[in-house]
Amino acid sequence: MQNSANTSGKSNLIPGATGDWEVVIGMEVHAQVASASKLFSGSSTGFGAEPNSHVSLVDAAMPGMLPVINKECVAQAIRTGLGIKAAINLKSVFDRKNYFYPDLPQGYQISQYKQPIVGEGEIEIDVDGEAKRVGIERLHLEQDAGKSIHDQSPEFSFVDLNRSGVALMEIVSKPDLRSSKEAQAYVTKLRTILRYLGTCDGDMEKGNLRADVNVSVRKPGAALGTRCEIKNVNSIRFIGQAIEVEARRQIDIIEDGGKIDQETRLFDPGRGETRSMRSKEEAHDYRYFPDPDLLPLEFEQAYVDDLKQHLPELPDEKRARFVKDYGLSVYDATVLVAERENAAYFEDVAKGRDGKTAANWVINELFGRLNKEGLDIAQSPVSSAQLGGLVDLITSGTISGKIAKDLFEIVWTEGGDPAAIVEARGMKQVTDTGAIEKAVDDIIAANPDKVEQAKAKPSMLGWFVGQVMKSTGGKANPAAVNDILKKKLGIA
Amino acid sequence: MADLTRLTLAEARDGLKSKSFSATELTKAHLSAIEAANASLNAYVLVTPDHALAQAKAADARIAKGDARALEGLPLGNKDLFCTEGIRTTACSKILDDFKPTYESTVGANLWNAGAVMLGKLNNDEFAMGSSNETSAFGPVVSPWRRRGKTDKLVPGGSSGGSSAAVAAGLCLAATATDTGGSIRQPAALTGTVGIKPTYGRCSRWGIVAFASSLDQAGPIAKTVRDAAIMLGSMASHDPKDTTSVDAPVPDYEAALAKGVKGLRVGVPKEYRVEGMSKEIDALWTTGIEWLKAAGATIHDISLPNTKYALPAYYIVAPAEASSNLARYDGVRYGLRVPGRDVIDTYENTRAAGFGKEVRRRILIGTYVLSAGYYDAYYLKAQKVRTLIKRDFDNAWSDVDVVLTPTTPSPAFAFGEKTGDPLAMYLEDIFTVTVNMAGLPGISVPAGLSSEGTPLGLQLIGKPFDEGTLFRAAQAIEDAAGRITVPEAWWTSATSGAAKKTTGGK
Repeated sequence: MQNSANTSGKSNLIPGATGDWEVVIGMEVHAQVASASKLFSGSSTGFGAEPNSHVSLVDAAMPGMLPVINKECVAQAIRTGLGIKAAINLKSVFDRKNYFYPDLPQGYQISQYKQPIVGEGEIEIDVDGEAKRVGIERLHLEQDAGKSIHDQSPEFSFVDLNRSGVALMEIVSKPDLRSSKEAQAYVTKLRTILRYLGTCDGDMEKGNLRADVNVSVRKPGAALGTRCEIKNVNSIRFIGQAIEVEARRQIDIIEDGGKIDQETRLFDPGRGETRSMRSKEEAHDYRYFPDPDLLPLEFEQAYVDDLKQHLPELPDEKRARFVKDYGLSVYDATVLVAERENAAYFEDVAKGRDGKTAANWVINELFGRLNKEGLDIAQSPVSSAQLGGLVDLITSGTISGKIAKDLFEIVWTEGGDPAAIVEARGMKQVTDTGAIEKAVDDIIAANPDKVEQAKAKPSMLGWFVGQVMKSTGGKANPAAVNDILKKKLGIA
Repeated sequence: MADLTRLTLAEARDGLKSKSFSATELTKAHLSAIEAANASLNAYVLVTPDHALAQAKAADARIAKGDARALEGLPLGNKDLFCTEGIRTTACSKILDDFKPTYESTVGANLWNAGAVMLGKLNNDEFAMGSSNETSAFGPVVSPWRRRGKTDKLVPGGSSGGSSAAVAAGLCLAATATDTGGSIRQPAALTGTVGIKPTYGRCSRWGIVAFASSLDQAGPIAKTVRDAAIMLGSMASHDPKDTTSVDAPVPDYEAALAKGVKGLRVGVPKEYRVEGMSKEIDALWTTGIEWLKAAGATIHDISLPNTKYALPAYYIVAPAEASSNLARYDGVRYGLRVPGRDVIDTYENTRAAGFGKEVRRRILIGTYVLSAGYYDAYYLKAQKVRTLIKRDFDNAWSDVDVVLTPTTPSPAFAFGEKTGDPLAMYLEDIFTVTVNMAGLPGISVPAGLSSEGTPLGLQLIGKPFDEGTLFRAAQAIEDAAGRITVPEAWWTSATSGAAKKTTGGK
């Protein structure tokens, strides 16, 4: 209810038979902590291993085994908390969430219930150029479960415990999101922050980032409606689709005179619908209580301060710096900081060079080409040093922008030092005014009719420039060509 | 050669050192005693002679080289709650079936690393839930003690009934045990043995089948106070694998024994004089007070006002933790599996067949008190009681160094006497649970015989990690009371021609 004042702009409203509706969304994101070993055991967290090859005695819940907290996972949770500008709780408590399932060996999940490690924070998102702050309710550490495999045998289900005990951060937002776009922007931004911090690799395909989406609808300004939780949505696209169809489902029910039952639902991307998984009545009674095998998790403020000091620059700060230091537009800066590796690449290119030119080449040429080829920055055939060399050649007037595109193509496919390529292949821009004058004179002499036309219509200059460039193989300095032509044609 | 099974741990240690006998001879003597007794007493659920003799042989080699460690060549029994590498461990429950751990408990490893020899696994109440050893899937343990002139089978106490019976009957020199609400001290009291539950965190819980994690603690049952001190010195350690274990040096407990009790301030809490307590227990308590006074201690009346809430609160906290700790026994990965139509049916079949009645009762109680809507009224309130009990003791420690109470409200009882009435059975723990709830050390030391000729014990409660003072005070009581040993080895005559009369005691 506290966010009922947080209403959306008109554009977010969903039209219904009885007028406009507002969708209210809260997210619970499960992010796998980037760590070499599990939350309470020394087993590897490596992905793709043979089933049950990363399972310690603790993970398999053998009798008498005890959990021992992995300090690195704690540090990662604190870093994440700092990255979302959240309160860090110097004392938190691990609880047991009790339920039976074959891929849950202990018969309980160790989680944090009443006293999480991280409290309230916020994340800023951008939707259609408008900034919005999304409140974070909490972040807590918990164990992942194993995996049940049902398609390997007609009689049995199999269990793979490799994931059992892997550390997850559950990051719970406030119900501050008002559209599927905002929800997508939120998860995208959260993922970016996590990847910057190095606390989660954010790989949704591997299930390292999954979202439970709480959706309700209401008339604008009304009290919050009854929510449904859509479990385990595993792509940003599906998050958008799931919210759209769920909001529509709820509106249709209410407008038909029905009411929403609080329940857990699953999104079926194939059918484009959500369907009921279990009702409130069927909900588990998890019998939470503090895990007596673990003392409360306590650390000093100095420890938090130290982690804070070593925190990397975060996307919002980096974007502001790019705008300020490199004179970039907010849009370009936003594109560049979306991935830390991209931003680093840009900075390598831009260092000591013109920021805007660097941004232009990184975003339009490089990213465009990488996208087309389905590559990421780490796989780029053009290094930042090569692209920087190319920008240098443009800036010094050694090559024209047009030639630069050819040069980019050569470096992309063949590699090599751009300056050496330009030298070897005679791609240098002709700045020798004598040579350009000769070419201009030849064109003027060959086209007296056009000369007459140009005197009447100065925009004809473009035709002459084209002819000169053509005759010089595109290497003539366009500015020099312009100047000389204007002089010779008597165009002011 | 004298009967080696009648030696105390300290005497056997000295005998090995002086080469009066070998570790192999000592071990064989105990294995023979077990063979002659176990059919009657049922103290061991698994005897491991080959394992024991191999360890004894290695011990003899070290002794010959002058390289003996603290417990070199001393044969011990190991409660079946302690996981043993490659050796069946069941917690005396059907649900673990023939489970063979691939690991050794930290306490066990400490003992074997000190040179001790394991004779086998000792019987206990299923998952340590019981006060008479009658809930074991392997059947009850029979106490070596009988009422004077009677042959009724008496209980050895529980849950460490195998440990107490084996030590009392000379089937091991000492034994491991665990105590969640009194499971070391109560069986020690009922069998004339010494049992100490150390401070929570003094011994590692790693590799011990869990009952109630915040209360469970390992400790020894031994023939004498000195033996218990020697045992605890080797069992205790800081263990990085148990984050509730404490990183503090283990003192030389044996050395503390000589210090005496002169000037020691002994508290006598009025709240332990409960209704229905037997007159002879009351008298025993008074005698204990007089002994300590005579040895130079000062006696102080104290109040521990929240004592009466300890037992009910214990029977909320312990089952709650147990209900969760025992969830892992689901038939999926190890132990018993009774297949069903689907996974739920398999769970139900497995757990119904695998758990005994008392374990099922406690899982139900625990599940109930943790349920939504009941948690605050039961579990949370019980935890508050726990804080109050701790505070009672914290207040007491400004006036006294140890607290003296009876260990049990009554002497050993006969088979079946309390099995029909769980509440009567739970009352066995009335003097012992407070110690677990407060995480304090407590020791039971034999102090006399009942009118029926069965042993009675007194309990000393100490400050956290002040086990040394408990041993000193217990030694004073043992010195005054004299050792209390079983008058007659009746159990061997029934089954073995080589019946040995091991009379003695008082």
